[in-house]
Amino acid sequence: MQTALFIEQMLNGLQLGVMLFLMAAGLTLIFGVMGLINLAHGSLYMVGAFACASAAAATGSFWAGLAASLAAAAAAGAIVEILVIRRLYRRDHLDQVLATFALILIFSEGTRWLFGSFPLYLDIPPLLQGTVSLPGGSRYQLYRLAIIGVGIAVAVALFLLIAKTRLGMRIRAGESDREMIGALGVDIRTLYTLVFALGAALAGLAGALVGALQSVQVGMGEPVLILAFVVIVIGGIGSIKGALVGAVIVGVTDTMGRFLLPQLFGLLMPPSQAGLVGGALASMLIYIVMAVVLAVKPQGLFPAAKG
Amino acid sequence: MRKLIAASVLALATGVSGGASAEPVKVGLITTLSGGGAGLGIDARDGFLLALKNAGDAAAEIEVVTEDDGQKPELAVQIADKMIQSDQVDILTGIIWSNLAMAVVPGAVAQGKFYISVNAGPSALAGSQCNENYFNVAYQNDNFHEAMGQYANETYRKTFIMAPNYPAGTDSLTGFKRYYKGELAGEIYTQVGQTDYAAEIAQIRASGADSLFIFLPGGMGIAFMKQYAQSGVDIPVIGPGFSFSQDVLPAIGDAALGVKNSASWAKDLDNDASRTFVETFQAEYGRLPSIYAAQAYDTGNLIVSAAARASVKDAAAFRAALKEAGFDSVRGKFSFNTNNHPIQDIYVREVVKEGDVLTNKIIGTAFTDHKDAYAEQCPLK
Repeated sequence: MQTALFIEQMLNGLQLGVMLFLMAAGLTLIFGVMGLINLAHGSLYMVGAFACASAAAATGSFWAGLAASLAAAAAAGAIVEILVIRRLYRRDHLDQVLATFALILIFSEGTRWLFGSFPLYLDIPPLLQGTVSLPGGSRYQLYRLAIIGVGIAVAVALFLLIAKTRLGMRIRAGESDREMIGALGVDIRTLYTLVFALGAALAGLAGALVGALQSVQVGMGEPVLILAFVVIVIGGIGSIKGALVGAVIVGVTDTMGRFLLPQLFGLLMPPSQAGLVGGALASMLIYIVMAVVLAVKPQGLFPAAKG
Repeated sequence: MRKLIAASVLALATGVSGGASAEPVKVGLITTLSGGGAGLGIDARDGFLLALKNAGDAAAEIEVVTEDDGQKPELAVQIADKMIQSDQVDILTGIIWSNLAMAVVPGAVAQGKFYISVNAGPSALAGSQCNENYFNVAYQNDNFHEAMGQYANETYRKTFIMAPNYPAGTDSLTGFKRYYKGELAGEIYTQVGQTDYAAEIAQIRASGADSLFIFLPGGMGIAFMKQYAQSGVDIPVIGPGFSFSQDVLPAIGDAALGVKNSASWAKDLDNDASRTFVETFQAEYGRLPSIYAAQAYDTGNLIVSAAARASVKDAAAFRAALKEAGFDSVRGKFSFNTNNHPIQDIYVREVVKEGDVLTNKIIGTAFTDHKDAYAEQCPLK
């Protein structure tokens, strides 16, 4: 039974990691290519979840909602890039942080104005309801397995996009030398808008997938955003590979910490206290991991090559 | 004859104005109107304002200033200072969260203002730090959890308990254990604001519990209940009413059906005040009221009743008028204990579906005339 529980918890960690990867990939891509710190990335996640919930409520189909979430988040990303972000590339990071923080407030109040303050309802599609058997006799939720599958597919697709396509070549070129790529006649403005919309769409996808598990409400993006920043700091800012590895490390560490630490302390003290101490330490664990990684490799595990 | 009429008109006029010339009362309503917890604050504000509206002329002299605390303690303190200093309010109310209440209440009552709580009831303010100018119309934080512990004794022997790791969460599990006599299958403290509960659900599945007690307010409860239903674990869930209140039920969906939870009120409670409240709330706002709206409605009516009996400028008289609790509570009967916290019945409710709408129905009474456990530590008599 204990091994079954262990396998289940590993899968849970992987699923959390994959979800964080979807967030962190966009964040790290935007930072890597444009040098922009986008605090409003969590808002795009929220936009995805709200678009999915309202489209699913209107059409009765989760899949229509999923398509709507991608479209809405990408569109919101592109509009924000053109109207606001474009003016920030030359400014320093403090201005970027201030402006994108303002965007968080605008998105949150705008969403409240459109949808009200009460959480929306979004359920997982009938096709993915139910559980599957795990080796060892436990059961695992089909939908969470599907999220892991989507995450791996997105990771592969991103890798192919960046390594094998012309667009990917431009993105890599934009990362290493902005002025040169402009001088070579590449339309850097459109490229930036495209990358921003792509990152936004990934965040929207994460929001929609997770919206079916959690509550779709204003402010849902900010806690995830903090974790996504931890992921890219661990993985190395600007690196997709780093984002993937960092996300899995954070996901598994967090889940296993929540699972194992209280049991560990349970050997030393009464269960109630062990729960409190273990729980408190588990919530610090990923930040401890981050601190250790930064102490050993200040650039993160896979620092993006900078020209 | 003319003199007589004039005299009687004059007498009538003074008589009428004698009733309505109650001193103006200024109320500062600080509550959460933005951010993730806004649903609760909006319900509280709407319930409070509805009470004044329904009171009609009796509330004509009551003026309300409303501000949003954004669920941030430092902001709540700033707003309270501003309301006391420049708006010159007589009474503060409206705070939902215990950590904000702990930041605001001691300062406000120290400056001689009244604070009347619509929701937050931290144990410190009920016990050693109680104050003659602090009244709580809602409950002491432990109460609903105690009721669930009492209820669990009827059916369950091995309960798994879970709450977020913050003061109200530890109070919750303490309250539950104060009355629960069975064995605990497990005890977990989760992170505040946690959204993914897969790791906890796996432990619950493996624990062999016969029931699960959770206290997860707001978005945490929505996320947990959906994931719990999806996971296929079928251990019955019980909990305090916060996780299954009218504001979150639509978002949880059918996953909440059948859950037993505790509260001091439900919309099917059989009394006139409650019926009027539910009808007028639906007519005014187009939705069903939650427990937060009900508590704030009672708070509004308490202030109206006290203002009719005494001037707010005469603190001793107004305090006595508040303590009388001379209003028709939606909870039926209501009175204040020595520590200015409620003595009230606490009910067990079940989540049911009425047509397409999920709501709560009372199925039993956990406590009659329940008092909180901290009153003895409060020096007030």
